[in-house]
Amino acid sequence: MHVSTGSDPARETPAPPTPPTPPPGSGTGKRVEVLDRVVIRFAGDSGDGMQLTGDRFTAETASLGNDLATLPNFPAEIRAPAGTLPGVSSFQLHFADHDVTTPGDAPDVLVAMNPAALRANVHDVRPGGTLIVDTDDFTVRNLAKVGYGTSPLEDGSLEGYRVHALPMQSMTVEALKDLGLSRKDAERSKNMFALGLLSWLYERPTEQTERFLQAKFGRRAAVLEANLRAFRAGWAYGETTEAFPVRFTVPPAPAEKGTYRNITGNTALAHGLVAAAHRAGLPLALGSYPITPASDILHVLSGLKRFGVTTLQAEDEIAAVGMALGASFGGSLGVTTTSGPGLALKSETIGLAVALELPLVVVDVQRGGPSTGLPTKTEQSDLLQAMYGRNGESPVPVVAPSTPADCFDAAVDAVRIAVRYRTPVLLLSDGYLANGSEPWKVPTAHDVHAVDPDFSTDPNSTAADGVTPQFRPFLRDPDTLARPWAVPGTAGLEHRVGGLEKADVTGEISYDPANHDRMVRLRRAKVKGIEVPDVVVDHGGPGGGEHHDGDLLVLGWGSTRGPITAAVREARRRGLRVAQAHLRHLNPLPANLGEVLLAHEHVLVPEMNLGQLALLLRGRYLVDVISCNQVRGLPFTSTEIVEAIEDVVAGRVRETPRRDAR
Amino acid sequence: MTTTPLSVPLGLPTVRSGSSGTAGVPALPEGVRLGKKDFTSSSEVRWCPGCGDYAVLAAVQGFLPELGLRKENVVFVSGIGCSSRFPYYLDTYGMHSIHGRAPAIATGLVATRPDLSVFVITGDGDALSIGGNHLIHAMRRNVNMTILLFNNRIYGLTKGQYSPTSEVGKVTKSTPSGSLDAPFNPVSLALGAEASFVARTLDSDRKHLTQVLRAAAEHRGTSLVEIYQNCPIFNDGAFDVLKDRDESVARLVKLEHGREVVFGAEGSQKAVVRSASGFGVEVVGLDEARASGREVVVHDAETADPSLAFALSRLDEPTMAHVPVGVFRAHDRPTYDDEVRAQLDAAREASGGDSAWRASDADLEGLLRGGDTWSVE
Repeated sequence: MHVSTGSDPARETPAPPTPPTPPPGSGTGKRVEVLDRVVIRFAGDSGDGMQLTGDRFTAETASLGNDLATLPNFPAEIRAPAGTLPGVSSFQLHFADHDVTTPGDAPDVLVAMNPAALRANVHDVRPGGTLIVDTDDFTVRNLAKVGYGTSPLEDGSLEGYRVHALPMQSMTVEALKDLGLSRKDAERSKNMFALGLLSWLYERPTEQTERFLQAKFGRRAAVLEANLRAFRAGWAYGETTEAFPVRFTVPPAPAEKGTYRNITGNTALAHGLVAAAHRAGLPLALGSYPITPASDILHVLSGLKRFGVTTLQAEDEIAAVGMALGASFGGSLGVTTTSGPGLALKSETIGLAVALELPLVVVDVQRGGPSTGLPTKTEQSDLLQAMYGRNGESPVPVVAPSTPADCFDAAVDAVRIAVRYRTPVLLLSDGYLANGSEPWKVPTAHDVHAVDPDFSTDPNSTAADGVTPQFRPFLRDPDTLARPWAVPGTAGLEHRVGGLEKADVTGEISYDPANHDRMVRLRRAKVKGIEVPDVVVDHGGPGGGEHHDGDLLVLGWGSTRGPITAAVREARRRGLRVAQAHLRHLNPLPANLGEVLLAHEHVLVPEMNLGQLALLLRGRYLVDVISCNQVRGLPFTSTEIVEAIEDVVAGRVRETPRRDAR
Repeated sequence: MTTTPLSVPLGLPTVRSGSSGTAGVPALPEGVRLGKKDFTSSSEVRWCPGCGDYAVLAAVQGFLPELGLRKENVVFVSGIGCSSRFPYYLDTYGMHSIHGRAPAIATGLVATRPDLSVFVITGDGDALSIGGNHLIHAMRRNVNMTILLFNNRIYGLTKGQYSPTSEVGKVTKSTPSGSLDAPFNPVSLALGAEASFVARTLDSDRKHLTQVLRAAAEHRGTSLVEIYQNCPIFNDGAFDVLKDRDESVARLVKLEHGREVVFGAEGSQKAVVRSASGFGVEVVGLDEARASGREVVVHDAETADPSLAFALSRLDEPTMAHVPVGVFRAHDRPTYDDEVRAQLDAAREASGGDSAWRASDADLEGLLRGGDTWSVE
């Protein structure tokens, strides 16, 4: 075992200095090793600020031009009891000098702030990986709390890892000793010490974090000073100690020309809605009820009033979607945001929106279910609820983003469909996309699709006399089958809508059997006819385009894109012929999907549910797809999917046995 | 903008100003008046013969022209139930929504459209059972809308089950041994939920109904009007004692702001006085009150303290011995929707524009870039 123990400031002098941060690269001549990729996981108590630490390290990394993907993972409890396994919160970051598609299967580096964080995460670290452990909490009591009989730092159980054990809390307290803070308050800055150390270790720039701290704590001078000093002390410790003889650097990833930022799925989604509404010339009205992991969309949008965004925090999920629909009736782009249990409550109103044929965007940031389930963990198990979770024949378009940044484009697309086709649209994000982040090439306003609301201003037909102008609220556009959107305040177009079945064209209440049959089919045909692009198959040839059908197709939807892409790359490296395709549109499905499915001998469908897309595909195309499922509340690792691919190729897993095979 | 005097009317809307419920709503051009017919849609009215809803519909259609608004700026939103068919019969914009949710839907509409006069039509089941949450929150927020709560104390559309305003012991299809739930008093509930305007009236008293509706529509904020309404099929005669010419005089307590609360026939008049226990009010003979020097309560609908209005609402009890009607409370306080829009306006002004300012593409691009960016050349 290679253990390098950090200096104990109580014994060793001098205490960690707190000089101004030296610029990156101006170190004391320590060797710098160039890596092509690194996976780091920060782990600590829920109250230790691991999410903030991870966010800041990510921001520093993004600004260097690395490609990256992140995975925040935290408990539903705000502050679970300190030092316990259920209270561990972590943040994983994968950054590289090349295209990155997942937050990484196994961390290369684990930063553990206490025994619980070590215990909960060490088994994920790759063999030979690095552990940076804060030793201050390694007391007998704390070790016992998480089931360690002896200290893993001393009993040899960490053999096979490169261990840096150092008293980060004590060093933080020491660095802040003349600030007049209590020990407890001073200890709170230990996450910044860890961030400073890691920033040094991986040659991350520090100006941004300092700016961030200024902005966050600028009004509380003592807190600001404590955080800055701890951050600088962490950096300086790396610089001076002999425990870290090598620094690492990861060069920027090649990227298209442009302006980039790092963005989380929830922020991208909120910005996509605002951008699409802006381009449509529509005011945006959000009705929402706080729910994890969707609340951040409400938070972001509530700060964007200057863009004509009205946010209404409703009394419940039902009121939230009702407010959105009411706003749509009045000519706004009505949006509601929620997660699984909230979507269940909104079902009836979404059905009303189907009947009214008004634009409405319903965002479901999926989490583990059923019921309250796993509020902070990810899952893709609301697909069937989105498709069918309403009474009656109630078709709703379903759009699913596939990466955090893609939430922007998916939101824009959802707005396009809602407005153009006068329909509620379900946008199925999930907890991983919501909180995960990646670099995003910032579009210009004109890159954003501009949908025309095309409000009705004049009567669209004449009365029986052939002369008197008349407005027919259900006279459809022959191409899109969309009905006119005539908003209150438009003279001469007064009309009534409602959930009772309406007569085709006139919109009068109608209980006529033939009319109902026609209206049900019209609503289905409208959704079926929504223009969605063909699904693109990547066959893995040069440029991704060489065509050789007949082997295995791995088909996914939503946030599994990253791990599937990584797995397919790995499978190809191992010489397997694997094609990949990914669905953005779940309803309607791309027109060429049936053809694509039939062109492959096997279709593997990885999903974070127990086979919901698979059920749809089997029902729709009579294709016997093979499911690959897990519902552990975490994204797939690419390894899991590689194994599934190998199983299919090796014939260890086959389609459902047919009658003749029995 | 300068205006040139013209002899040709351009038909531009003049927007009503002031602090009334219809401020901000385009008025009819000068000289143009609408009538009841203009507010009557071509839909065939399909309530049961003798239903109290007919009288309310006629009163509403007759009263709407009085507001002097453009009818395209009037919207009726309803829930589910017999009364919730109401919007179909008015030639305005309308939405017949889903059970209990009309106040929420109307909140979204009102918050985003200050130029509309919005009415919510609901019943005792719709508003007080399935939609109770939305009702109380609309009133708490004080959203500028007028809610007409048709109270017939029964579920009509589902054919005769007891409702949250049915008296205890009511024998219905679903309660053959008598209902056990204690009923809501909608006026007390509304006052407890911070409603800024609360009134009660009867379907059969066209004049009183119209008067109350006018006050409700003029009030800026949520106006809740409970309308005692007869269901001739499932709860016929529920309010007969209040409609009988002789009986009603003895029972109806007509509240009028600034007036002593007295009622009853000449010679046997009664008065409402502060109760001896101190907190509520009680009914005593007017002569007795005068003789004993007990001060007759003077109704104050506008005071900020809702205690008196609440005490008056408690005079109502199942036997309907004395039932206050009229405006219990009409207190001005900021409306949610005005405040929501004020925040939007302030944000736009802070960004360098006026309230009509729309963000530019450059503003949007600034938002998308956020704080920390890097460039790849």
